Amino acid sequence: MSGMHGTETTAGPIEGPVPPEATSATGEAGSNPQAMAAVVAAVEAALPPDAVVSDHIRLRTYECDGLAHYRVTPALVVLPETTEQLAAVVRACSDHGVPFVARGSGTGLSGGALPRADGVLVVTSRMRTIHEIRPEDQRAVVDPGVINLDVTHAAGPKGYYYAPDPSSQQICSIGGNLAENSGGAHCLKYGFTTNHVLGAEFVTPQGDVVQLGGMAPDSPGYDLLGAVVGSEGTLGIATRTIVKLTRLPQEVRTVLAGFASTDDAGAATSAIIGAGIVPAAIEMMDALAIEAAEAATHCDYPAGAGAVLVIELDGAAVEVEHEFAQVERICQEHHAFATRVATDPAERALIWKGRKSAFAAVGRISPDYIVQDGVIPRTALPGVLRSIAELSESSGVRVANVFHAGDGNLHPLVLFDDAVEGAAEAAEAVSGAILDLCISHGGSITGEHGVGIDKAAYMPKMFSDEDLDTMQLVRCAFDPDGVANPGKVFPTPRLCGEVPGKKKGAPHPLVAAGKATAF
Amino acid sequence: MTTLDVDLAAARTALSAACGEVADAGPADAVDGVTPALVARPGSTPEVAEVLRAAAAHRLAVVPRGRGTKLTWGRPPERADLVVDLSRMDAVLDHAAGDLIVEAQAGTTLAEVQRTVAGAGQRLALDETVPGGSVGGTLATNASGPGRVAFGTARDLLIGVTVVRADGVVAKAGGRVVKNVAGYDLGKLVIGSFGTLAVVTEAVFRLHPLPAARSVVSAPFERPEEAQRLVQAVLQAQVVPSAVEVSWRPGGTGTVSVLLEGIEAGVEGRTATTRQLLGEASSAAAGLPEDWAALPWAGRPGRPTALKATFALSGLARVLETARAVAADTGLDLDLRGSAGAGVLHGALAADADPAAVARVVERLRAECTDVGGALVVLDAAPEVAAAVDTWGPVPALDLMRRVKERFDPERRLAPGRFVGGI
Repeated sequence: MSGMHGTETTAGPIEGPVPPEATSATGEAGSNPQAMAAVVAAVEAALPPDAVVSDHIRLRTYECDGLAHYRVTPALVVLPETTEQLAAVVRACSDHGVPFVARGSGTGLSGGALPRADGVLVVTSRMRTIHEIRPEDQRAVVDPGVINLDVTHAAGPKGYYYAPDPSSQQICSIGGNLAENSGGAHCLKYGFTTNHVLGAEFVTPQGDVVQLGGMAPDSPGYDLLGAVVGSEGTLGIATRTIVKLTRLPQEVRTVLAGFASTDDAGAATSAIIGAGIVPAAIEMMDALAIEAAEAATHCDYPAGAGAVLVIELDGAAVEVEHEFAQVERICQEHHAFATRVATDPAERALIWKGRKSAFAAVGRISPDYIVQDGVIPRTALPGVLRSIAELSESSGVRVANVFHAGDGNLHPLVLFDDAVEGAAEAAEAVSGAILDLCISHGGSITGEHGVGIDKAAYMPKMFSDEDLDTMQLVRCAFDPDGVANPGKVFPTPRLCGEVPGKKKGAPHPLVAAGKATAF
Repeated sequence: MTTLDVDLAAARTALSAACGEVADAGPADAVDGVTPALVARPGSTPEVAEVLRAAAAHRLAVVPRGRGTKLTWGRPPERADLVVDLSRMDAVLDHAAGDLIVEAQAGTTLAEVQRTVAGAGQRLALDETVPGGSVGGTLATNASGPGRVAFGTARDLLIGVTVVRADGVVAKAGGRVVKNVAGYDLGKLVIGSFGTLAVVTEAVFRLHPLPAARSVVSAPFERPEEAQRLVQAVLQAQVVPSAVEVSWRPGGTGTVSVLLEGIEAGVEGRTATTRQLLGEASSAAAGLPEDWAALPWAGRPGRPTALKATFALSGLARVLETARAVAADTGLDLDLRGSAGAGVLHGALAADADPAAVARVVERLRAECTDVGGALVVLDAAPEVAAAVDTWGPVPALDLMRRVKERFDPERRLAPGRFVGGI
C-alpha cells in the first residue's frame, strides 16, 4: 500500500472540525455520557488496568491513522491482549449502544481507523503472537496485531512467505490488512489480502466470537469471511487469523528500465502483459516522482528519464530467464534508453528503494501533498496519464505519478503548499478530478487504500443507490445497531430497522426527526 | 409443492407481462424432485428484475437455473413455484483482452466463455467440472477443479457481479478492474450460495494467459501415507504446479498427478524435476487427459452419492486412511478424486449403495475431515440416501448466515431449504 508514516502521507495536519460523517446520526446514541460510563465500568472489569486508556493526553496519540488531516480524540482506548478481552469490550459497546472503531498499527490511508469522539478505539497492538507456522499446510495462524512483514520473516526459514506486501509492511498489521483488503506491489500476480486469508476468529458487533473459514478451503455456508475482508471494520473485528503462506520462488529477477515518456513506459507495460507474461510486479514512476526519489534516497535511477518501470519476474528459473529476455526486448522496442538488472537481494533492494520510498520522498519537493488511490483498466493508462497532465497544467497544481502499472492502480501525489492560501483546496479539487477520471474509465475510487472516511462521499459516483442499499443489507445483518465503525465506507447514515415482514416497533427517533433513513 | 396462498393464474399473467417467455413447467423442470408450476426465461437483467418483482408480488418461491447441470446439488427446495431459467442470457458481453477481463451473462456456458477468450490466447482459470455448466451455476455451487492449486476458485477470479434480489432490485458490486476495494464484496457472498441470496445475472472475471505447453507427471501409490509424501514433495519443491491431483479407489492403486504449465523449455525442466520428486515409477505425458477435470461420479448410472471433502493439506493421509477403513467396513466402492494440493477431494458412491452404509461413510469421513480442519458435504444423493445423511454437516457461524439470508430474502422465497441449516 502507500506511505509508511502517517505524517508523510497527508495533506498536512489540517486541524479543524471533524467532517460531518464522523459525528452525525449514529453518533448521537453514543454521545450519552451514562452509556460511556457503563462501558468504562464493564471494560475496567474485564481488562487489566494498563489496557484501558482514558487520560486525555494519551488518548490524543490515537487521534488519527495514516490519513492525519482527519483527527478525532476517542472517548476511550482499549488495548486487549486476547480475543476474550476484545469481545468483552465489544459486548459492552453493543450493550450500551456505544460505537467502536478497530485499529491495528494505524497506517491506513483513508481514515478507516479514525476514532469516534463518542466511542471506543479498540487497538490490537498487544495481540502480536504468531501462533503457528505450518509449511506442510501452507498456513500461518497469527494474531491481528502481528506485523505483516513478521509473518514473512517467521515463514522464510521454512521456504515460505506471506505474499500481500503493502509498502507499509514493516509496520502495518495483519488485522488492518484484513479490514482493508490490502494490496501491494506484487498483487498483480499473487492477489490481495482476500486471496490469502483462509480463516479468522471473528468478534461480531454484538461481541459474540465465531469462527469464519478455517485451515481448509471452501467452508460450507456463505463465505462470510469474504464479505468481512475489506469491510473496513464495519462488520466486526477479526482476531486470530489463518493466512496462506506462499512458497518462495526459485528465481527472482528485477529490472529497472528508463523511458523518455510515460507513454512509452505505458505501452511497454501493455506489451509485456499482451505477451502472456504475468510479472510479479510492474511499477511506474514519472519524472517528478523520480526527481523526489532521487533527492531522498539517491537510488540512481536513469538520469533524464521521463518514466521508469520496475519490473519483477519470479518463478521457476527457466521461465524467469525466458520471460526476462522477452521483457528486455519489449522494453527496447518501446525505446527504453537504460536498463539495470538486479539478480541478488542487495541489488533488488536498491531498485525497490526508490519506488518504496516514493511517497515519503515527495516531501523533499513539496511541503504538503495528497496521496490519491484510484484504478483504471490498464489499457486506459496512456490516455488517463495525459488527462492528469492536462489537469495539472490547467490548474497549476503539480502531480507526481507513482503506480502499480500492471493492474492500473494509480497513486498520483498531488503537491501543494498549505502556507499558500487556497492551495489545499486547489489540490483537493485536482485529487477529486482524478477520481472522476478513474470512474469515467470504468475503474474504481480505491484500489487498496480503502474508502474509510475519506472517500465515502465518492461511493455514489461509483455505485447506484440500489447497489449501496444492497451492501447495506450485509451491514444490517452483521450490525443492526450500527456500532461497528459507523460513518465509514457509506456516505449517508442509515438505520437498519427490523427485518421486513417482521414486527416493527416505534420508528427510531432519528427517522421520526427526518435525520436518517430507515432501511 | 405449491403453497396455498399462491394464485397461479394471476401470477402467470404478471410474469407474462414481465417476460415474453413464460411456460408451464414439465417433469424435466423438477428441482431435485420438486416440480414447479412455471418456468420463466428472461433475456436480460431488467427482465429478470421484472420477473422477480412479479414473483415477489405473488409470493412465488423461485429457483434460479443456469443450464440445470447441478440442480440436484444441495438439499431439495422446500417449495418451488417458479424456475427462473437463465439459458437465454448466454452472451459474452465483453472480452477486453488487453485488460485480461471478460464479462458474461449468467446463462453463458463456461465452455463458450473459454472459446471466446481463447482467441486472444487467454483463459478463465475455472475448470469445467460438470460438462455444459453455466457461469451462474458455477458461481452458485462454487464448483472447482484441478486448476485451483495455481489459480484459486471463483472467489479469486470474480471481480464484478450483477445480481437481482428477491424483491427485484438490481445491484452491482465490484467492477471491471482487478484491483478494487470500494464497498462490500457481494460477489463473495453469492459464490456458493446455491441461489438463496439473489439471482446472479452477469459476472466479470479476470483472465490468465493460456500456457504454451502442458505436461502431466503421474505416479502410482498404494498407501495413504505414500500419497501424502508424494503430494508434499511436490508442494514443498519449487516446480510451481498448476494442479496436484490424487485419485484413488481405496484398496487399489492410486495416482498422484501433477500438472505443469508454461513455456516449452520451462515445462520440460520442471517435468524432469517433478519426475525425480515422484520417483522411478512416475511417467509424464504432454497435454491433458480427456477426463482431467471430471468429477468421480461423472458417467455413473443412476444418481450416485457425491461427496466433497476438505482438509488441511497435511491431513491428506488421515482422510485417505479413514476412507480406506470405512470403505472396507461397509463394503462400499468409494471413488476419490480431487485437488489434494489444495485440500479438496471429491468422492463417489454407487447409486444403489445401501443408504445406512453411505451414512456411515459420511459420518466417519466427516469426523476425520473436521478433525483436520475441514468439512464434508454431501453434494448430491438419491432421496433415500439424502434422507439418511446430514447433507451439509455442522456449520459454524450459522446464526450470522441466517441473519444475512433474512436481510436479502426475508420471505424465504429464493431456493428455500437448499442451503445450510435449512436456509
